[in-house]
Amino acid sequence: MSGSAVALIVISTIVAIGSLIGFTAKFRRKMDLEQWTVGGRGFGLVLVWLLMAGEVYTTFTFLGASGWAYSRGGPVFYILAYQPLMYVVSFFILPQMWEAGRKFRLQTQADFFRVRYGSRYLEAVVALVGVVFIIPYLQLQLTGLGIIVEVASFGGIHRTPAMLVAFAIVAAFVFTSGVRGVAWVSVLKDFLLLFAAIFIGIAIPYHYFGGIGPMFTALIKANPQHLLMPGATKNLGHAWFVTTVLMTACGFFMWPHYVGASFTAKSGNILRRNAVIMPLYSITMPLMFIVGFTALLVVPGLTNGDLSLLAIVRQTFPPWFLGIIGGAGALTAMVPAAILILTAATLFIKNFCRPIFARSMTDHHVAAWAKATVLLITALALFFAIYSSSSLVSLLLLGYAGVAQFFPGVVLGLYSKRATAAGIFSGLTAGVAIVAFLMLTKRDPLMGFNAGFIALCINFAIAVAVSLLMPGQPTEFFAEVNSAQTTSPATTE
Amino acid sequence: MKKPSLGAILFSLIPFAGICFSVSLWDRIYPRILGLPFNFFWLICWLVLTPLCMWGAYRLEAPRALDPKPEPDTQGSPQ
Repeated sequence: MSGSAVALIVISTIVAIGSLIGFTAKFRRKMDLEQWTVGGRGFGLVLVWLLMAGEVYTTFTFLGASGWAYSRGGPVFYILAYQPLMYVVSFFILPQMWEAGRKFRLQTQADFFRVRYGSRYLEAVVALVGVVFIIPYLQLQLTGLGIIVEVASFGGIHRTPAMLVAFAIVAAFVFTSGVRGVAWVSVLKDFLLLFAAIFIGIAIPYHYFGGIGPMFTALIKANPQHLLMPGATKNLGHAWFVTTVLMTACGFFMWPHYVGASFTAKSGNILRRNAVIMPLYSITMPLMFIVGFTALLVVPGLTNGDLSLLAIVRQTFPPWFLGIIGGAGALTAMVPAAILILTAATLFIKNFCRPIFARSMTDHHVAAWAKATVLLITALALFFAIYSSSSLVSLLLLGYAGVAQFFPGVVLGLYSKRATAAGIFSGLTAGVAIVAFLMLTKRDPLMGFNAGFIALCINFAIAVAVSLLMPGQPTEFFAEVNSAQTTSPATTE
Repeated sequence: MKKPSLGAILFSLIPFAGICFSVSLWDRIYPRILGLPFNFFWLICWLVLTPLCMWGAYRLEAPRALDPKPEPDTQGSPQ
């Protein structure tokens, strides 16, 4: 049997086992909208951890990080910097968000905006912006999946048919099992990813250089600037590093699907404990960098850095092992993709279409329409994945810059009574417009600063200024969250 | 929402100072530690140091969150 056949069979087996786990999770419970989207709000520490880890460690971890270590050098360290910091930020946001979620039975981020700011239009805008910026993140997963199959088949299978098949499977298990199925597939995926990262991160430099230290010695000798910022780039220096780290650390838990994941928890302190321990899980990240750095010395000259990890694995190990790595990689694309699709579909129907077009829609109808939307969103991301050629990290940064614009609305919403719908709406619109303009005209970074960060600062300033200049009526949100003093019937309208 | 305590905020600022704002101090290759470039080693250390800081913050915040919620029939709220 040829090498590519062996590799592809191993990958398919792993994907099949993963899908099976996803499918069986549905037989345990009846699926209504609440169960489908937030798992009935009954997840303990372990399941929340698995779900969050499942969402945090994506194809980007696997291929994108090694890809940037290979092609950019020093700037890749921003990933290692923002990951612990985003959990620090989450410590102050998610438990509060969870509490509001339980009080008002929220299922999505846009629900929060509606209840906190009392505006259905703000809800719809938040939902739409969320869906729009989920698309590049989904596209990233699809592209990664395509790369895996392409490399594992030694170029025999083009990435387009591979992406079609894999996403048919993802869409199928999103349909049937919802968020709980996804959490359980994460178990297999994380186990494989951990094994793969530790093994190749240590074995590959050892194989070629006799250890990680000697590999770095060789790299420093060959290219002394590669490991520093701006590395192999012109404009990704220290100012870029600081602004990008701040923007991504603030933006991370603004992803609509992480908000959904936090609603699955049983208590707020579970989320706090999660925030404390999660940085330890990033320990696989440095190993991915090491693989990328080694690949630069061993397989130089790849035009697409995102191929570096698989290219060096293919050159170093037998095909069945390439299959295991590829299978792990395929699951790391499919699990987050499933969650992204689930979130985007629910947001689009429940928080965009319902308030604008059909306010009388029942939850039952929302669930049915959301399932239909799954196909639409998947097709859209597939379309972009097939026709664009951005690197994985660039796609990620685009998505982050967009969702980070929710930050003022969430933080001011949770902690300040004076923030108003008008203020948040103006800030968000300005922020998103600036991001779109700077990114689409290729002005990121602007004068060494991250474009998303610039937009976030302006967004924040506008949100605060407009809220203070045009004060509004406080909404039911604070009245009920701090429900201590109000024994009188809470009049909301 | 209940505002976080000052202590918890101070604990959480430590990783930001160590990882983010001090970049020009640690973005260097030498001294190499355990064979790793210094910047790489420094960031790996913070994967462990951050949970330590946040554990401190957790110790301050978790008991506050568990305070029995004033029910509608009890008298006053802190706000």
